[in-house]
Parts: sequence; structure tokens; C-alpha cells
Amino acid sequence: MTQPVANCPNCGAKIVFQWSSSVQTVCTYCKSILVRTDVDLKRVGQVADLPPDSSPIQLNTEGIYANKAFRAIGRILYEYEQGGWNEWHILMNDGTSAWLSDAQDEYAVSFPARIQNLPPADGIQVGQQFTWNKQPYTVSVITQANYRGVEGELPFEFWDKTVVTFADLRTPSRKFATLDYSDDEPALYLGEFVEFEDLHLKNLRTFEGW
Amino acid sequence: MSAAPPPPPQPPTKPQVKAINCPKCGAAIELRSFGKAETVVCGSCHSILDATDPNLKILQTFEIKMREAGPRIPLGKRGKLRGVDYEVIGFQRRSTLVDGTRYSWHEYVLFNPYKGFRYLTEYDGHWNDVGPCKMLPTIVPSNPPKATYLGETYKHFQTCTAETSYVLGEFPWQVRVGEEAEVTDLISPPRVLSSEKSGDEITWSLGEYMYGRDVWAAFQMPGNPPPAVGVFENQPAPVNESVKGVWSAFALHSVLLLALLIVFSVFILRDRQVFSASYSLDAGPQKGEGSFVTDEFELGGRTSNVEVTTHADVDNNWIYLNYALINQGTGQAWDFGREVSYYHGHDSDGNWSEGSRSDSVIVPSVPPGTYYLRIEPEFAANHPRINYAVQVKRDVPVLGFFGLGFLALLVPAIAVTWRRFNFERLRWAESDHPLVTTSSSSSEDD
Repeated sequence: MTQPVANCPNCGAKIVFQWSSSVQTVCTYCKSILVRTDVDLKRVGQVADLPPDSSPIQLNTEGIYANKAFRAIGRILYEYEQGGWNEWHILMNDGTSAWLSDAQDEYAVSFPARIQNLPPADGIQVGQQFTWNKQPYTVSVITQANYRGVEGELPFEFWDKTVVTFADLRTPSRKFATLDYSDDEPALYLGEFVEFEDLHLKNLRTFEGW
Repeated sequence: MSAAPPPPPQPPTKPQVKAINCPKCGAAIELRSFGKAETVVCGSCHSILDATDPNLKILQTFEIKMREAGPRIPLGKRGKLRGVDYEVIGFQRRSTLVDGTRYSWHEYVLFNPYKGFRYLTEYDGHWNDVGPCKMLPTIVPSNPPKATYLGETYKHFQTCTAETSYVLGEFPWQVRVGEEAEVTDLISPPRVLSSEKSGDEITWSLGEYMYGRDVWAAFQMPGNPPPAVGVFENQPAPVNESVKGVWSAFALHSVLLLALLIVFSVFILRDRQVFSASYSLDAGPQKGEGSFVTDEFELGGRTSNVEVTTHADVDNNWIYLNYALINQGTGQAWDFGREVSYYHGHDSDGNWSEGSRSDSVIVPSVPPGTYYLRIEPEFAANHPRINYAVQVKRDVPVLGFFGLGFLALLVPAIAVTWRRFNFERLRWAESDHPLVTTSSSSSEDD
């Protein structure tokens, strides 16, 4: 399988897309945020240096989820009043992509869900229950998060945000849901919390002294 | 095959332990959590600083009393819990006010850069290894409330307001001295499910009881851990004292005992009558005198017991028999006296009776040989005619021994049950739901 290759319109560096459906990437050399158009790459901005963070995951960290190998190809870094978290965009070996979130070393994998009639941002409250795919979910917390930066490939354009709203929904099991209100239309992600060791992660960051 | 992605121009920086200086007093502060902490507290001047701010903005300062005790396990110390290395990076003391008495406990913040945060709590020498809940516990509406988590049911133990009174090091949340949270503990020893409510946010954590010696071993601490005082909410009952186990053992041994009894009665004891005779005392005024001897009889087999049974047709009367069992060959004698008395009548409460027309006694350890009985009856003056019969049986089962055996089994079972009950009573005495309520003069009526 050949990968789409292009050159950075800003610095000319070779840009290789690891996933054919990626819409946005960041030039690793000049940090330009590049968006794919039908014909070429368009520079839409520049990422500031990401704030120092200590996720043990990094681009190209590999792991296994649901018997499928995956690789981290991009991320969005958020911050809220209780700290920061990363949404790692992971490419599964079956060609689909998912999200591995790392919030203070609590890990979860989620997939976008195609479900209609999602509750609007102004109509959701903590304690409310929703049932999707026959699984009831309870809204546990609504978070206003600050967008702090991106890295690598993403399945959508995501570079000009400031504050985004999320609703976290929990269940009595490991399953959870996230309602993402960063776009006009709410987006739903369904997933589950996972144990660090169950992901069999390789190519992790190393920490001084550990 | 896909080509390897191009290497980034600069290798990713390796997060390092940061050493910074307190903006208030200038003392060195080590940041051990690689930026994961929200707040860090200066160990010298006790300023609470914003760990996410490069300038370490001062958020709060607090005074400490001279006798405030710091952490027993020092910050920076590493230990292994569940096979994972953790470093102590923060410490806080929290307390609650119950009936005018302030109880305080300690919480240690532990950190591993891959696994995140865990906590160790200590109260009066009792420790708990605590981690955040990955799932939402299910509240079972009942009184007192219950919750289920991972298939286990937890009983409500206590709800109290916890106030933070002393902090040191790093915390993954915005810690402040004086801040209050409503803490609820539900227990299923050795685990405790805790919810912490501050403002709108409720966080759940799951703790497991740890003995001080295990904490000391995990962190390779010198000396001895502080002794554990009393019974803690989720302290497991001593393992060798399972109430169920001891009663199962009791049931099993009782069955064995019964089987033994049956084996003895059927196969080993001969339970044979060796002598039987009837006598009568004529009515009359004469006083008790005149002993006599019976015919000889053989006691066979091994040294064993002998049962002597007396039946007498006494009716509102008594007879007393002085017995001697005498070995014909050796002259050895076993003396014993037995009374047979039976009274009955009618009064305002109805019919009554006292005593019995029959009596039996067991003479233990009688060697084999030829024996006879010497009998000397005593009786009341002016008695009516009394007929009595004497029976001698060899090798009879003695239920008393089995009864003793049964008791010997019952006593530890009851003792363990009682100790366990007492343990649970002590555990729940500190809760919102004591098993035994003590009346207090200051208590008000509902």
C-alpha cells in the first residue's frame, strides 16, 4: 500500500500521510498546520509549541486494542481547570481510526458513533440518562475545556478552536460516552476505559529516573 | 509494506524531574510528577503554589503548628504496590469533627509516570491502598444505603465532612488548606468504596486494607510501622477465624463423632446384661439392716465399664441401696450408694411428680473376672412393701464422653462466633450504624 505523499507548502518538507482519510496534519519540521484539499495541501496556521506534558504516549506509540494493532498518528491536547488530557488519534490495522484518551494516566478507547438526534449543548444536565445502542449512559460531568494544540494527523479540521464543551457519560461498566460540542453538530463517541497494561504499548516515552 | 514515518527533526524531550525555587521563600522545590500536578506545596514556608504556572503563582499560605507531624513516609520515597513502582509525591492531613472530637488521618499521593496517581491513607496505624474508580458504582436505595461495584455489595459505613488541615508536596487537584468535602465510605472488608463530594463533582475511589508491616515492606521503611489501634472500618477479620468455617468444621466433626459412637455401640461394645435379680422388702416398721450378697456373675472381655440399674416400685416413698461390686478373686471392691425415690401429687398448680422409679450408675474401668454384689438397703420406717430389681450390664456405651467431645467441638465454635461478633461490633461502633447502640444521657428523642 502506497501512502499519499506531498510536500509542505511552507517549507517543502515531505509530508507522508499514514492514513488515507486524514484531513489535517502538522509538518514535523516547520509546525505548519496543513489541511488537505482536493488537489494539494493548504497551510492554515502554525502550532505554537505544545505545553510540556507528560503523557507516556507519543506519536508512533503502538499498541493492541480488541485484538487489533494500532498506532498513534495524531493528537489533540486539551486543558481544563483540573488539568490537561490528550486525545490520541489512533489508526487501527483494519483501516479505521479511533481515539485513545489519556487523562491523568487514565486510559480510554472510543469510536465515533453515527447516532441521530443527539441532545444539544444547552439542553444537557448532569444526571440525565440517555440510551444508545441499548446501553444506558448517565451524564457525570460537563467540562469546558481549552484547546491547547494539535500534533500529527487528524480525521477532521481542528486548529482554530478556543473553548470546547464536552459532556462525559458513565455507566456501571467500563463503557462510557462523550458528547463533543466543538462543532455545530454534536458528535458522539462511545468507548470503554482500559487498563494501561492491557494496551501492550510499545515505543512509549521514557521519563528521567523511571 | 509501509515506509517508516520520517523521524521528527528533534528527538522528543525526555521529561525530567524539575527543581525550582519557591517564589516566596526561595527554598528548592522538586517537581516529581512531570507536570501532572495541579498544585505543589513548598516544604519550607508552606506556600501552596500553582504547579501549572511557570512562575508558580502563590495560591495560599498556611500556618503550621509546631507539633504538626509530617509524613511518616518521606516525599520522594519509592515503593512497589501491586508490582508497580510508585513515588510518594504529596501528603495531606484531613480531619473530621464527630461529637466535638476531631479525628484526623493522613493521605499520601503516589505517582508513576505510566500508571498515574494512587493514594495511601493511614488512620491510627491502619492503611489503605486507594485508586480511582474506573466505573461508576451503582447506588442501591436502602436504609442504610448500599452500593455495588464490580459485582460486590458495599454497606454504608460513615458519611462525614473532611477538612484539609495540612498539605505538602504535589497534588493532581487544586488543594487548599481549610477546604471541605463530604466523604462517604461504604465497606466490604477488606475493601472500601469512597465517594468524595465537593461542589458538584463526585469522585469515587476504591481502597483495600493494608497492614502497616506490608506498607513498610513495600517502601523499605526502617523500623516498625505505627501500631494499629482498634478495629478499622474495612479491616479484614483475622483469617483463621472464619465463622462459617468453624461451624462447618463443627458440623463435620459432630458427624464423625456420631459415626464413632455408632461404630463403638455396634461393633466394639458388647452391651451385655450379665446379672439380673428381683427382691422385695416386706412392709413393716423395721429399720434398715441386713445386707446380702448376690449370685456371682462373670465380667468378660477387657477392662471396661459396668452399669448397675435399680428399679423400685416406690410410690411417694424412697429406698436407698448401698452397693459394693466385689471381685471374687482379688477382693477389690467398688462401693457406691444409690437412691430411688418417687413422689407425686396434686396441688393448685395441677399434678406434680418428683424423682423416678429407676436409677442407673456406671462404674468405670472394671477388670474382667468373677464378681458379686453386696447390697444393703435402707428405707423409711413404716414403709409399705417395696419390690426392687437390680440389673448389671457390661460394656455399655457412655454417651457422656461423646457429649464431652461434642462440647469440646462446640466451645471453640461459639468462641470464634463471639469473637467475630465482637470484632464486627468494634468495627461498626465507629460507624453511623453501630450494631449495639449505647444510650447516652445527652441523646435527644426523635
